[in-house]
Amino acid sequence: MSGTVRSLLALGEAPRARLGVGVLLGALTVLFGVGLMATAGYLISRAAEQPAVLSLMVAIVAVRFFGLGRPIIRYLERLASHDVALRVLGRVRVSFYRRIEPLAPAQLDGYRKGDLLSRMVADVDALQNLYLRGVEPPLVALLAGAVAVGAAAAFLPAAGLVLAGGLLVGGMAVPALSGSLRARAGRRQAAARGELSAELVELLRGAPELVAFSGEAARLERIRAADSRLVKLAQRDALATGVGDGLGLAVTGFTVAGVLAVAVNASAEGRLDRVLIAMLALLALASFEAVTPLADAAREFAATRAAGQRVLELTAGGAAVRDPDQPAPAPCWPFTVALEGVRARYPNQPRPALAGISLSLRPGERVALVGPSGAGKTTITNLLLRFLDPAAGRVTIAGRDLREYRQADVRRVISVAGQESHLFSASIGDNVRLSRPEANDRDVEAALHRARIWDWVQALPNGLDTLVGEEGRELSGGQRQRIILARALLADAPVLILDEPTAHLDPSTASALMRDVFSAAGGRTVLLITHRREGLDLVDRVQTLPPGSAGIPGHTARRRR
Amino acid sequence: MRALDPRLLRRTRSARPLLTLDTMLGAACALAVLVQGSVLALIVARAFQGAHLRSLWFDIGLLVTAFLARGALVWGMEMAGRRAAWSVLSELRLALVEKRLRTHPIATDGTDSGEVTAVAVQGVEALEGYFARYLPQVVLASIVPLLVLAWVAIVDLESALIMLLTLPLVPVFMWLIGRYTEQRTRERWHALRHLATHFLDVVRGLPTLRAVGRANDEAAALAEVSERYRVTTMETLRVSFLSGSVLELAATLGVALVAVTAGVRLVSGSLGLQAGMTVLVLAPELYVPFRRLGAEYHASADGIAVAERMFALLDAPADASTPSTRTTPNPARSAVRLEQVSFSYPGRTGPVLDALDLELAPGETVALVGESGAGKSTVAALLLGLLAPTAGRISVGATDLMACQADAWRRLVAWVPQHPTMFSGSVADNIRLGDPAASEDRMHAAAALAGADDFIRGLPDGYATLIGDGGRSLSPGERRRIAIARAILKDAPLVILDEPTADLDPASVTLVSRAVRRLRAGRTMLVIAHRPELVEHADRVVHLRTGAAVSEQNRRAA
Repeated sequence: MSGTVRSLLALGEAPRARLGVGVLLGALTVLFGVGLMATAGYLISRAAEQPAVLSLMVAIVAVRFFGLGRPIIRYLERLASHDVALRVLGRVRVSFYRRIEPLAPAQLDGYRKGDLLSRMVADVDALQNLYLRGVEPPLVALLAGAVAVGAAAAFLPAAGLVLAGGLLVGGMAVPALSGSLRARAGRRQAAARGELSAELVELLRGAPELVAFSGEAARLERIRAADSRLVKLAQRDALATGVGDGLGLAVTGFTVAGVLAVAVNASAEGRLDRVLIAMLALLALASFEAVTPLADAAREFAATRAAGQRVLELTAGGAAVRDPDQPAPAPCWPFTVALEGVRARYPNQPRPALAGISLSLRPGERVALVGPSGAGKTTITNLLLRFLDPAAGRVTIAGRDLREYRQADVRRVISVAGQESHLFSASIGDNVRLSRPEANDRDVEAALHRARIWDWVQALPNGLDTLVGEEGRELSGGQRQRIILARALLADAPVLILDEPTAHLDPSTASALMRDVFSAAGGRTVLLITHRREGLDLVDRVQTLPPGSAGIPGHTARRRR
Repeated sequence: MRALDPRLLRRTRSARPLLTLDTMLGAACALAVLVQGSVLALIVARAFQGAHLRSLWFDIGLLVTAFLARGALVWGMEMAGRRAAWSVLSELRLALVEKRLRTHPIATDGTDSGEVTAVAVQGVEALEGYFARYLPQVVLASIVPLLVLAWVAIVDLESALIMLLTLPLVPVFMWLIGRYTEQRTRERWHALRHLATHFLDVVRGLPTLRAVGRANDEAAALAEVSERYRVTTMETLRVSFLSGSVLELAATLGVALVAVTAGVRLVSGSLGLQAGMTVLVLAPELYVPFRRLGAEYHASADGIAVAERMFALLDAPADASTPSTRTTPNPARSAVRLEQVSFSYPGRTGPVLDALDLELAPGETVALVGESGAGKSTVAALLLGLLAPTAGRISVGATDLMACQADAWRRLVAWVPQHPTMFSGSVADNIRLGDPAASEDRMHAAAALAGADDFIRGLPDGYATLIGDGGRSLSPGERRRIAIARAILKDAPLVILDEPTADLDPASVTLVSRAVRRLRAGRTMLVIAHRPELVEHADRVVHLRTGAAVSEQNRRAA
């Protein structure tokens, strides 16, 4: 088993006992089918010798036993294997979450791109198939195949040998051939599907403009072309699948014929009771049920493995930010926050995100940091929250380097509200309470009040229990920012960072929000990070971050509050 | 959605010949199975009577041939079925896209492009098994059992009758599938999607969770939600798997019954070994088509669940207009008038526009200002015919806009949207969207007028630089200027500019407003703006307040 698979199994914390039960039941399902056909074949042959009916009783009971038992075992097997898959799904999610938790957001490339994230989550969810399709079918085939071969060999070693050869070819060579043919088509299919999706998203996003400029026909032509590429690849996949299924049947045919031939021969030579010929032939025929699912399983397993590989790559690095072995006591007043000659670089990025910046915030001071997009403003938030450690220079609270504190202690001092803050698909109340779970409804109400949105929340039919939708879609941009602000206020941290709180807001909404933010901030230290003009008249000091912040210390302009 | 929904069946029309071929191959395959079983029984019976291997080679060869024939037929079925399925899938996909594009260029139903794409690509593909395997299997499940029964009846009537007796279990099974599986599958599908959305939400919000120190609690919550889902799913599975077990029981019980009665009759001598063996080998084949039908149904259940969403998108009523006149009025000669125009999005409370009156005289530049959410961009979409007013009338001269050929009208309107889309392709391709036939010189001239020529020439490959998805990313100001070049190249008598300077830095604002001034010459123009730079040059400023009470102020007169 390759290292990838082993790591993936570890990610799912394999419930080994349950998996064992699933495999056992799966093998029994196949074997009961084999038993039914084999004993029935024996029964018919033996009956043809016209013995006393009583002497057939054992065979009759066996036929009935296998006949009745198989559906029951199959039912239990399906329940057991789905139970394992669902358990694995839950565990994979949790352990994946725990692994990326220390990496987000600074160590995950493209974290802010929504579709990348969805693909990552889909990859994680695909791992539930690892057991159902990747681990269980080969084990079932191995167990059931071995028992069937053993049974055949017990009656006639040559028959056991032929069956073993047939099952090996049918269970390994055919799936491998079909699998490799399909894998090649599958990879190109995935690429073609991605291309088609990208074309479609672009077409639909730009639909108003395409229609307005009568350019839709040309774009539809491109979609048609991408679609027909996908269709061609699907046909190639059908060819490979068909080859696999067809060859599987051919192998079955040759094996059954082979078993028949050796059995007939042995019977003619007196080495085998003639009543066992039919039994062996039917046993061989029925035991191919063990290997038939392997071709599909191999393909699904390859896809699951590819998904797993991407997941593992993502979490391979390990956390760059760690708590110190002997942490300093939690920072206490005065909470002076400072960046001293800080340079920062994200992992896997060639260019530094921040090249030499110094900034100091005295307790109660209100400072705005302005600069165009790409100047590294969000990096400063990441540094202050210690999502990222500086490559050079240091970030301090109360005079001590952030790296000396526990991460949790740092984040109790600083709270952030802004564009990057996430609203969870839950109620308004839950979203606000997130920063202080023990807060009661009155605390939440007070925070919303200070964020100047309580009146609106109160007027809603469901009040605090109103759901905000996925990423707060049910709310307007201004409402979203105010709820995020209320959350930051409820945390009651001495330092408040406002990271682009007015992005995507129109000027009048933005100005109103900034006025309310600063009046709600009270005596807190506030760092306003923005590329817009709103709110700049409300701070003590404006510091400019030059584009690319290439080592030039920002110039400072004094302002009156 | 039902398994044999007529809307799905109608879509198969073009693929019918292939599906018929697929079904015929399936029937041939069943015949091969019957031959195979009979030959197997013959070999066993002759060997039983002491025949030597040498005298059986022909029969063994026949047996192998039957298997090989089955293999070839199965291969053919796979090819024919999937080819048929894919032609249906392509048709569905393109119908879906064209429908969205032509009748819902602006999604008023809250469906975003990502969702439509997911339905059109993965969703449609989930129906592959339905068309390729399930539909042919429906036909096969009604043919093959009769074939098997007839064959067995010829060999041994009594066994055929026993098998017939076990068949009533099949409708019971079908009923169970219809009753439980379908609804449970749908519920499970919804639950699973909900779970995936929740997981995505948590991962997306991870930085926020870490910032507020709640990341650890959320891991426990995640485990709890998954566990709860597992428990409820297992409960439903316990019931829905029963339906499959009933058929399995019918099959194994049928085989056991046939074997035991045949055995007893063999003892009494009323049945020969070859006949008994044939019957035994063929008995399981009676149930195979039904079991396969059940399995294929399960396999395409996801697809059928998606199909519902797909048809909801396909059958949605059109947002845009349907033409009734061939004449297209020209805004260069006639005034464009909005009279008491209202617009509201379906399913949302309150209108975006409420009884708006607005007139654009030929050659006039009107600035439309107002808060965000006041419906300014909606006015642009209405003028372009991308949306139809819910009440009131838009006319050009004496002609109602909704009665015009939308394509012909749009040729007379150039539009710079608030967030211009850069399509994947070169810069030149993107500008040429305004006029695909434009010469190189005209295209460059348009770019120069838009103040875009300089920065474009500074790009690594100049006008051939690839932009859009996967290409070079441009700043909002650069995108805006390319969109203006597009509009200039189109050279239309009516120009609509939607917030052309929003989110731009001061240098870009200067460039863009200079470009807008050049564009004005000889054209009717509607500028949606809140910046003074552009409003200054307008002949008239119209204030739009939420709802739509409008105050006008004539700059020239003031």
